[in-house]
Amino acid sequence: MTVSCYLFPVLEKMQKIIFIEDESALQKTFGEILKQEGYEVISALDGETGIRLAKTQKPDLILLDLVLPKINGFDVLGQLKKDEETKEIPVIVLTNLEGAEDIDRVLELGATTYLVKENYSLEEVVEKVRQTLKRYSSL
Amino acid sequence: MGIITIAIISATYAIGIRYINEPEVVILIILILSVILLIITFIITQSFERLVEANRLKSEFVSIVSHQLRSPLSNIRWAIELLMSGRLGKIEEAQLDYFRILKDNSSRMSELARDLLIVSRIEQGKLPLNVQHISLVGLIKGLIADFQPFVQASNIEIVFESDDNIPDILTDPSQVKLIIENLLDNAVRYIKEKGKVEIKLKRKDDSLVFQIKDNGVGIPQTDQKYIFQKFFRSSNILKHQTQGTGLGLFITKAIAEKMGGEIKFKSEENKGTIFWFTFPIK
Repeated sequence: MTVSCYLFPVLEKMQKIIFIEDESALQKTFGEILKQEGYEVISALDGETGIRLAKTQKPDLILLDLVLPKINGFDVLGQLKKDEETKEIPVIVLTNLEGAEDIDRVLELGATTYLVKENYSLEEVVEKVRQTLKRYSSL
Repeated sequence: MGIITIAIISATYAIGIRYINEPEVVILIILILSVILLIITFIITQSFERLVEANRLKSEFVSIVSHQLRSPLSNIRWAIELLMSGRLGKIEEAQLDYFRILKDNSSRMSELARDLLIVSRIEQGKLPLNVQHISLVGLIKGLIADFQPFVQASNIEIVFESDDNIPDILTDPSQVKLIIENLLDNAVRYIKEKGKVEIKLKRKDDSLVFQIKDNGVGIPQTDQKYIFQKFFRSSNILKHQTQGTGLGLFITKAIAEKMGGEIKFKSEENKGTIFWFTFPIK
């Protein structure tokens, strides 16, 4: 938050995150903590919805699970990175898959970061989100 | 089985020819015997194939269930972390104790699910090896750093010495890390009071020898032949009620052998344990 947000609160836009994750429990947990951190969080319970929202909402960041109904996270990532409207949006992958081939594939497709859920605390994931948004907003 | 069948038929023919005058009777006996042996062979082969298939299905089941458990366990852990953070309102100390119980036990379940997944992959021969050049010295130092909060709180000292001529090795870093982490975890976990863990890394011809020595509770002589078995935990460990899945050493040995290495140990109850792990440089 900059000084301008106190002088002109209406003008300071909240950074927007789309969370593409089919587990409603995680949507609730992360939605709550990210909102408390001052972000606007938009939920997508499947990949198709996530892609559609990414195009219409123009988020600052996408948090993406890989195991999703309808289309999987790899295909979602591929489509996001091919589309002119969404390819510049940083994507953090948050998943339980930890195979080296999955990690390589996701990074080749253009994700910024690959986080294995089991290896990170809630605060650590939030810190990664914070760092990524800071890095990309200064570009 | 084929050799046994031929041997039985040959013996029957030899005995039959000796004691029975009519060759047609001998041939008939041999034919009946052959049919019986074929049926027995078929039943044994079928049973064996069913056993192999049952074992495969069991491993696959464990793998699927363990994998499926990881998501809800992550959900539980993060929900508990959110509650314990106080972000949703002040938590009383008494409530915090119970949240800690929930968190610790969900971590235990996660650990078990992770270990079961690794064990099922080992049994299915699906443990991938993603080789790359790594510095073993760097990896060990990193692990020791990870353990610092626990060892400091437990008044344990970890000392690490390595030879100067340790080269980088071509191996799977995640699996080497798993081996050393398991051995280090056992070393620190089973030290009752103020203790010391000494780690040495030496080069011996074309191999590296990793040694870890602790002054912990040791392994009773009667239990030593079982320690690499799945779910085995020594009687003296169970007495101290320290937690563990009982899969660590099974996993460690399986991975070490897959990498062309060898793991050995020496232990004395109430004195401590030394584990050695050798693996080839190339």
